[in-house]
This record gives sequence, structure tokens and C-alpha cells, in this order.
Amino acid sequence: MSRGFVESTTVGFARALTRAMLSERTARQRGLLQSLDPRVRVIGLFALILAVTLSRRMAVVATLLAVAITIALLSNVSIVTLAKRVWLIVLSFTGVIALPAVFVTPGTPVAAWGTVTITEQGLRTALMLVLRVETAVTFITILVLCTPWAHVLKALRALRLPKEVITMLAMTYRYVFLLLKTASDMFDSRRSRTVGILSGAEQRRMAARTAGVLLSKSVELGNEVYLAMQSRGFHGGVQVLSDFRLTRWDYCGLLSFFAVACAAVWLGR
Amino acid sequence: MHIPDGYLSPSTCAVFYAGSAAGWYTALKRLKRVLLSRVVPLISVFAAFSFVVMMFNLPLPGGTTGHALGVTIAAIVLGPSGAILALSIAIAIQALFFGDGGISTLGANCFNMAIVGSLVAYASYRLIAARSSLTSRRRVAAAAIAGYVAINVAALFAAVEFGVQPALFHDAAGTPLYAPYPLSIAIPAMMIGHLTFAGLAEAVIAAGLVAYLQVADPKLLCATAGAAAAADAGAIGAMASARSLQRLWIAVATLMLLTPLGILAAGTAWGEWSPAELAKAASEAHSLVSPPPAGLQRLSSLWTAPFPAYAPSFVKSRSFGYLLSAMFGVGCLLLLSFVLRGLLERYRRKESSA
Repeated sequence: MSRGFVESTTVGFARALTRAMLSERTARQRGLLQSLDPRVRVIGLFALILAVTLSRRMAVVATLLAVAITIALLSNVSIVTLAKRVWLIVLSFTGVIALPAVFVTPGTPVAAWGTVTITEQGLRTALMLVLRVETAVTFITILVLCTPWAHVLKALRALRLPKEVITMLAMTYRYVFLLLKTASDMFDSRRSRTVGILSGAEQRRMAARTAGVLLSKSVELGNEVYLAMQSRGFHGGVQVLSDFRLTRWDYCGLLSFFAVACAAVWLGR
Repeated sequence: MHIPDGYLSPSTCAVFYAGSAAGWYTALKRLKRVLLSRVVPLISVFAAFSFVVMMFNLPLPGGTTGHALGVTIAAIVLGPSGAILALSIAIAIQALFFGDGGISTLGANCFNMAIVGSLVAYASYRLIAARSSLTSRRRVAAAAIAGYVAINVAALFAAVEFGVQPALFHDAAGTPLYAPYPLSIAIPAMMIGHLTFAGLAEAVIAAGLVAYLQVADPKLLCATAGAAAAADAGAIGAMASARSLQRLWIAVATLMLLTPLGILAAGTAWGEWSPAELAKAASEAHSLVSPPPAGLQRLSSLWTAPFPAYAPSFVKSRSFGYLLSAMFGVGCLLLLSFVLRGLLERYRRKESSA
């Protein structure tokens, strides 16, 4: 059987599961972000991401990246993890997208080889795009690494998201891992029963069948969860426990986040 | 197609957050009318399913691979409102937890993939499938085309969002502040990948899933089959029961034809001996010296079967005797079941009239 299809899919599943486990482990460590109320973390880092997109100066965005790295270091987030999980991936994706802009953006030429010209505007826009994406993804990654998913969801309530949406997000996250495990098992069992190389059409049929069985199982699971919720007295109303208490430290943290974000927007306008 | 933070200006993001909010509100309102407690787990599980399907690395014709969105099958099974919410939840989890797609661009991503994708997929599927039966090949083709069209329309929306950035948002020196390519580059660059790989991946998974569901679970296709669904649901039930009955008859007939195989087996089944066979077995084994028990001898003559040892006395051929016995046995059982069914129906009619 082709490695391309089954192997890469199961590797993707395994990577997602590993990533979830790593997040839970980092979130339990002591550090700057971990010491703050989850609502402060979510609102503060969202404000910084907004500042990244609002900033029009490269120096300001670069400073925000330095702020993100400092927060990561103070929160015991490994720089190697950030480099592997964020910076290299973003560079390989956004870098490839941004590279042609160096040559096609009209502006002041800084170098030329025959018909190929590098413009100052092209260089600036490509660098700005990569820097902006790197910084924003670094902020969201350190938030996820330092905050258990359940706390992120509770914190989202502070942003006035409907309770039904929070419930669906929580349930989806739970079932994503169950279905990932189920799909992974299905691929493994199919692989263990296959000898030789499957043709492209056979592989497509196999993918569709696996997805079909997964769909049937999902709908069945949805019905079972519904019955379980009914048996526990669920009528559509959702109660979310909010046992978070804001301390003086949290207010200081929130003020600091807002101060940095406002300064970035002001200086980068 | 997941746009990361930094590609779109804050004002573009705000516009698409507003557009998505309207879509989410309408979808939630429509679903609340049905039954929220029923919908919440179904949408959640379907969102998880879409998330996992997005991770499938699908083999495509030509030897390449591609990722599908799963928006078409969500629109076909759940309808547009359910698909909008399920896909939006999946996209939000990808952005919040896996960093795939941005936070500021979440509104735009949900608008393109969940709202535009679901609506286009649903409309195309309904239009092409029309009033065809649930199990027709036309529905498979409709799903494939709907998937292909939906992904490409969603990609076109994303391309236009990218393409308007340099014209609207640049500094005094003309440096684009966000996505750097104009529409003339953004649209072809985005569409080449989607017209080939991504669109094909969605078409493959949507068509494959509809074909699978037609055989394995056709009732999941009923929600978006319109008037054809009710007629088809009955027809499918009747067809399935007729098909299964047909198979049962074939199986019974085959088993009846195979009954003479019993002749090939040597000896008698253990514990089913007649008094004479028991005596013979005992003398051969030298383990039982006494004759067969008196009770067995006495009771063995209590009932004489019409076809003893599956060999009616008027039939000379042993094989034909076996076959005749099988036919007689099956006939007796059928007669008994018809009588019981008649009695039960009469009893039910009496109950309902009382």
C-alpha cells in the first residue's frame, strides 16, 4: 500500500495527539502566563494579536515578536518547540507565498539581474508579512501551550460567546480525539490486512469507505450523547461553572497586556 | 484556504466577522427552532468528524494527494444551517488549538469555508440531484460536482479577499501592508491549486461518502433530499426488505439442495442412537455389555415418524428422500408461520378496534 496516503494520514493523526499531550503538560508547569487568570491570558493575548495586525511598522511588529519570545521564556515554553512548531512551519508556508512579492511588487529597484528586479517595497512587504504571521502564530501558540483547553473555553465566556457555542466547542474537542483514535485504528487494521500495492482508485475507495464508517459512527455517537444528555436532564440550557477569581496580579497582567498592545498600535500607526 | 493572521487588514477582518456573525446567528436560530438539545451533540460530533476528515491525505488521480474540507458531506447530511455551525466549530478549534488559520481572520475563514462553502455545496447538490431517488447515481455525481464547485467558490472568495489588500492597504511608499498580491495574481495563484487538487479532493470524498451512504445508511441522505426522501424512504425500506427476503429464499433453497450431503457422513450423530444402533455401538466398543436401557426401548416405539431417518418409505433414492424431507420440513414451518401471522394480525385488529 502506498506510504503517501495511509502513512501520512496516520502520522498527521499522531502529531495532533502528541501536540495535545504536550499542551496539557506545559500548561501544568509554573510560569508567568500560568500564574495569570485564564481570562486575562485569553483577552490579553488576543489584544496583542490585534496589535500585531494593526501595526504598520516593521520595527514595532519585530518588538512584539520579542515580547512574545520573552513571555514564552518566562512561561517555561521551550524555544526549540516554538522554533520547530511555529517559526519553521510559518517560514516554509508564508515564506514561499511571500517570496515572489520581492520580485513582482512595483517600486524602487535595489538589485537587478537582467529582467529580474528586486524592489525595496517588495522586500519590505515580504518581510512584513512573514514577521506579522510569525508573531501572531507565536502568541496563539504560547496561549494554547500554557492554558488547558477547558480553561480557554471558560475564558471565552468572558468574551460573551453564547453558551451553546462553548458547549459545542467543548464537545467537539472531546470527540476530535476519540474520532482521531478511531480513524487511526481503522487505518492500522486495514494496513495490517493488506498485502501489495493498492491502485489509486482502490486507495480512494478505501478513504471514502473509512470516512463513511467514521461518519456512521459519528452520527451514532451523536445520538448516544443526546440520549445520555437527556437522561441527565439536559433541555438545551447550558450552565458553565465560573470559579475564576481575579487577583491584583491578574489586574496587573491585564493592564500590562493592554499597555503593550496600545503602545504598539500607537507607535505602529 | 485557512488564512493566517497577518494576511488581511483589521478592517477586512471586522467586515468578515460581521458577515459570519450574521450567518452564525441565522443558523443557530433556525436550528433552535428544531430542538437545541438534539442539535448540540449532533453538530459537535459532526464538527469533530469534519476536523478528522480534513486531516485525511486523499490520493488523487495523477498520483498526488490533497486535503478535503468535508463541507459538502456536512451540507448534504445536516443541511446548510447545521453545516455552517459544524464547520465553523471545526475551523475555530483548528485556529485556537492547532494554530491552523488565524484568530483575527477566523471570521473570514468561517465566512469562506463554512458559510459560502456550505451554501454553495447545498444549493449545487439540491439543484443537480433534483428529485432523483436517494440511491441514484445522479446523487453521487451531484455530490462530486457540489464539492468541486463549493471549494472553488470558497477559494475565489479567499482570493478576492487577498487580492484587494494591496490596493486598499499600503503605506506612503506603496508597500503593501498585508497580502502583497493584486487580484490579477491572487486569483490565478489561488485557483490553480483549488481547481486541480483541493477541488478534486473534496469531490472525491463527497462522492465516495454519498455512494457509501446510499448502500450503508441511506436515511442520512434524507435531510436534503426534499420530497423524494419520503417516497424513497418507504421504497428503500421495501426494497431492502424485498432484497433481504429474496436472499433468504435463495439461501433456504440452496440449503435444501445440499441436504443430501448428510448421506456422506459415516455413522450416527453422537447421542441420537436408536436402541438397535446403541446395542451395535456398545458391542463394537466392548464397553457396554448390557443391552440398551429398558426405558429407551419402551419409549422408542411411542412415536413413529412419517419419514423415519429422512427416508420416506415410498421413495427409493436416498438423496431424493433427503430433499423431499427438507421441502416437507420447510413447508411445515412456513405453514406454521403463516398461521401464526394470521392469528397475530387478527389479534392486533381486535386490539385496535377495542
